[in-house]
Amino acid sequence: MFQSIGELIVLFWTTLRAFPALWRNRAKVLDQIFEIGNASLLMACILSLFIGGVLALQTGPVLVERGLGQYVGGMVGISMCKELAPVMMAILIAGRIGSAMAAEIGSMQVYQEIDALRTMNINPVHYLVLPRLVAISLVLPVLIIFSIVVGWLGGALVASFNHQISIGFQSYFANLRNLVHVRSVVGGLLKGLIFAMIIGTVSCHQGLHTLGGPRGIGRSVTKAVVNSIVLILILDYILTRLLMFAD
Amino acid sequence: MNPVPSKSEVVLQVRHLSKSFGNVHVLKDITFDVYKGEIFVIMGPSGSGKTVLLKHLIGLDKPDKGEVLVHDKPVQNPEVMEKYRLAMVFQSGALLNSLTVGENVGLYLTEHRLKTPKEIEKIISEKLEIVGLSNVQNRLPADLSGGMKKRVAIARALVIEPEFILYDEPTSELDPMIAVTIGEEIVRLRDRVGATSIVVTHDRDLAFGIADRIAVLFNGNLLFIGTPDELKQNTNPDIQKFITAEFRFNKKNAA
Repeated sequence: MFQSIGELIVLFWTTLRAFPALWRNRAKVLDQIFEIGNASLLMACILSLFIGGVLALQTGPVLVERGLGQYVGGMVGISMCKELAPVMMAILIAGRIGSAMAAEIGSMQVYQEIDALRTMNINPVHYLVLPRLVAISLVLPVLIIFSIVVGWLGGALVASFNHQISIGFQSYFANLRNLVHVRSVVGGLLKGLIFAMIIGTVSCHQGLHTLGGPRGIGRSVTKAVVNSIVLILILDYILTRLLMFAD
Repeated sequence: MNPVPSKSEVVLQVRHLSKSFGNVHVLKDITFDVYKGEIFVIMGPSGSGKTVLLKHLIGLDKPDKGEVLVHDKPVQNPEVMEKYRLAMVFQSGALLNSLTVGENVGLYLTEHRLKTPKEIEKIISEKLEIVGLSNVQNRLPADLSGGMKKRVAIARALVIEPEFILYDEPTSELDPMIAVTIGEEIVRLRDRVGATSIVVTHDRDLAFGIADRIAVLFNGNLLFIGTPDELKQNTNPDIQKFITAEFRFNKKNAA
């Protein structure tokens, strides 16, 4: 385990040091952005709509019962931007994109494509890891913003149309505006950026260290997703504590 | 038989190379020289350590002991790759499946920005023509046959304008006619671009057909180095068994 953590840190550091090569690889970054966005936007939309809706459905009746119905908007708003959007989007991306990254790089490793790159004096970190890490770090925060907005909308729909809650759009969003500050959203985006780096590094690392044939690729994919999710949840707690201090 | 090139210039030296994976000793104290412009074939049965040796020659693996020197410099030295240019044709071709044939062949030039896109396009066509392929630039590697993949891999190696070309089992999985074509291609390329060729194979016909010198590897030990004629006359029982092995299956007895 400690060896893997060490390798992850070394890979991340090597990728950071490769940043001067980013401009030369901009076409690959754009390709990756398109692929990640294309693969996750619809899922993100559905997931966020229902998370916002469920939040309103679970908390709305309880708050209304205690005469606090007007706080449903703020409740959904804060939960979405501080916690649920960053974590759920990160888990979605780990499953959807991290697995694809590990599988693609893993199969390149198994079928000697990465060795072929090395023999052409092409650094696999520059060619494969850097564009993916940059793309995922740019896309995840954007997806989080998208998820926050759709989640708020999902909450508003349920709050408005559920007969146990019946809070109008206007009062829902008025309360949301009062309680949700820009720094709450920025905190969520910061979490997202860090989660993206974790997913990118873990997935590329697993891909590059794939051994054996198709079974090895499968093992790498599973490890990439599981390790990413575990690290996301551990870091989520640590980052939440740190952001609380900053507040 | 091909003329043996001048032995005056040693371009690649392998010195006391040893490699183990766990308790398995794959290479044991291997030492030999390769001369400029020769076709040097490394032969041996499956599992004898040929591919591992080849990976050491191009710097993909690090030895436990010993060293590989290219023009007296360690092969791991980044200057060696840039200055002397070593290219490798992998057993599977190792073409990047996400790129077209043209993109694969031009990858080295594109990534290192050595030419303009138009010049790269021209070079790609030239190199593919050298290996007898045309109108395949826009096809994906998955659409090619095994022999075509190998030829594309050779074209990709040629783009580097290498001083050394290393071939890993260039005729494996190919039918005899394509195997002969690939063998002829290796000789033609050596004559045309003057590159030193190191070929790893267990194909006896290919080895005797193209080699200037042959090294025989057996269980990680270097048993023999010499010309094909010298190899045929060698009396080592392991070598004789390997180079004379043939089917002696008696159908009547089996029935």
